[in-house]
Amino acid sequence: MLKKNPSPYYGNFGGMFVPELLVPALLQLEQAFLKSQKDSAFKAQLNTLLTTYAGRPTPLTLCHNLTAGVTSRIYLKREDLLHGGAHKTNQALGQALLAKHMGKRRIIAETGAGQHGVATAIACAVLGLKAVVYMGVKDIKRQQPNVFRMKLLGAEVIPVTAGAATLKEAINQALRDWAGSYETTHYLLGTAAGPHPYPLMVKTFQTVIGVEAKKQFLKAEGRPPDAVIACVGGGSNAIGIFAPFLNNKDVRLIGVEAAGKGLDSGLHCASIQKGKEGVLHGARSLILQDRDGQISDSHSISAGLDYPAVGPEHAHLHQTGRAEYVGITDRQALEAFQLLSQKEGIIPALESAHALAHALRMVKKSRKPLRLLVNLSGRGDKDLTLAEKALRKN
Amino acid sequence: MNRYQKLFSRAESKGEGVFIPFVVLGDPDPATSFKIIEGLVENGADALELGFPFSDPIADGPVIQRAGQRALAAGVRQEDCFRIIKKIRKKFAGIPIGLLVYANLVLARGMAVFFRSAKKAGADSVLIADVPLLESAPFRRAAEQAGIDLVLVLPLHAGRETVIKVAGKSRGYLYLLSRKGVTGVDQEAGLPSRDLMQDLKNLNAAPPVLGFGVSTPEQVCAALEAGCRGVISGSAVVQRVEDYVTGKAPLEDLFSFIRKMKDAAR
Repeated sequence: MLKKNPSPYYGNFGGMFVPELLVPALLQLEQAFLKSQKDSAFKAQLNTLLTTYAGRPTPLTLCHNLTAGVTSRIYLKREDLLHGGAHKTNQALGQALLAKHMGKRRIIAETGAGQHGVATAIACAVLGLKAVVYMGVKDIKRQQPNVFRMKLLGAEVIPVTAGAATLKEAINQALRDWAGSYETTHYLLGTAAGPHPYPLMVKTFQTVIGVEAKKQFLKAEGRPPDAVIACVGGGSNAIGIFAPFLNNKDVRLIGVEAAGKGLDSGLHCASIQKGKEGVLHGARSLILQDRDGQISDSHSISAGLDYPAVGPEHAHLHQTGRAEYVGITDRQALEAFQLLSQKEGIIPALESAHALAHALRMVKKSRKPLRLLVNLSGRGDKDLTLAEKALRKN
Repeated sequence: MNRYQKLFSRAESKGEGVFIPFVVLGDPDPATSFKIIEGLVENGADALELGFPFSDPIADGPVIQRAGQRALAAGVRQEDCFRIIKKIRKKFAGIPIGLLVYANLVLARGMAVFFRSAKKAGADSVLIADVPLLESAPFRRAAEQAGIDLVLVLPLHAGRETVIKVAGKSRGYLYLLSRKGVTGVDQEAGLPSRDLMQDLKNLNAAPPVLGFGVSTPEQVCAALEAGCRGVISGSAVVQRVEDYVTGKAPLEDLFSFIRKMKDAAR
């Protein structure tokens, strides 16, 4: 074992709450990950993939029309332009490369919106690995284009029918697979949640977003942003863009949770604002649950935020007050989705539209000019059918 | 001597193994569940392993998942589970009762409160499926304070360091995990090596009991021959509960299975 192991905990949150059977697999993964971070060859390989294959760095775009008439400015970090259509590709490539270095040829993953499944399928195709993706049947229905994309990319998609048949159940099933297959299989978890070392590893691979954005913003504005805003489901795009700003206390960090039909409606995914401490999928975190400890079904128009828990570091950042967490409803997200399309010619993922909606709300409310950095974590092509239907209803 | 110690010493003096069936509390409803558990004891169960239904049982295969879903669909809450345990304890004073839960259920009730409730209801041990040795310290402390044995799991191929720690810290009995994967009968149980069993003996571990994939009398015999002090049979039992509640088979099929498994342990 290496001497200086990182703590599996973020304050009270995190840990390795898995069956004893999986502990050696997680420890092996932790060691391999730590080693990779000191391995310049690994880093160079990943960097080559990110730049020559995935399209990094992604640009920073100043919105010209969205804020016309006011002095505030909104900058978008364009993860929608990353290969695969969302930030997910950053860390799917990182983990798949790591798995390859570990000698694991079979990759399993869960997916909600299908973006992580697509990213995994892409990473596995380019690195010559076998991809198996678990996906709830409810999500399969609402994210058809991504299902076909995954299959086209050579992945096997396994429908999960248990419970509400969304992301939570897909993770359960992936964990069950891994309990029997960890010797030959890497579990490519899609967000900064789950047991240690996943939150740390996913954050590390996603920090490239924040590192680039910080530099780009400084170049554009000559100073750091007033606030960095990102949507939070499990929390990987948010932690990735927050990470380089964590020590800069003048920069507000704002995570936007999906408030669904309203924070008091019971139909939302605001785990941080409405959840209680507990354990789900290997980590101690904030979780939507009933008084008896049964996990609640979450709701959001965006499948990628539809998860009743959140990564442990976000729970910690909330508890310490370093980051703020707010809610945006389905309706508000849809409005922002249309606005960005019409005013800037960018169709955002419904997930990312939550972050943008909050930025617009801040601009509207603020008396002084704001300089905001929004993580546009993905593009909206996958949401077109769903958005069309929702907009027709409204 | 506590109930587990009494059971294992009695079994040892008779040269028998211990047979422990597992069912989910409240499956398919509290009244039927009580009747089923009562029947398990009357047909030869030496101890009981009772699962609390949980919405996201990551260590369980489809059979036990369905059982939990049936109980939750019937509105079964933790309170109902404790009530069933209390009734079983009232009827059978001496049988060791183990609970199998997930961490979130314990934390939602409050760690100390959960173990006190378990004790008060008459349970002897608790095994938390998603709390490995690494995370077990606060749970072990709270359990000990309430007078509950916290059972730890030892995979057959665990490293020596884990063997030593689990052997030293598991109370009541030691759950030997027969194989990889999740609960279910589709994959057969593996058997512990002679070396591991000797090691556990030398380390003065709590009696090792083999679980996961134990579904036939032949497997019971093989496990005991390999040096296990008992076996836990889960999915094979729960499948027979399902066959009963879905009208596919009479309850007697479950009970005759229990008798056969216990006979094999003799």
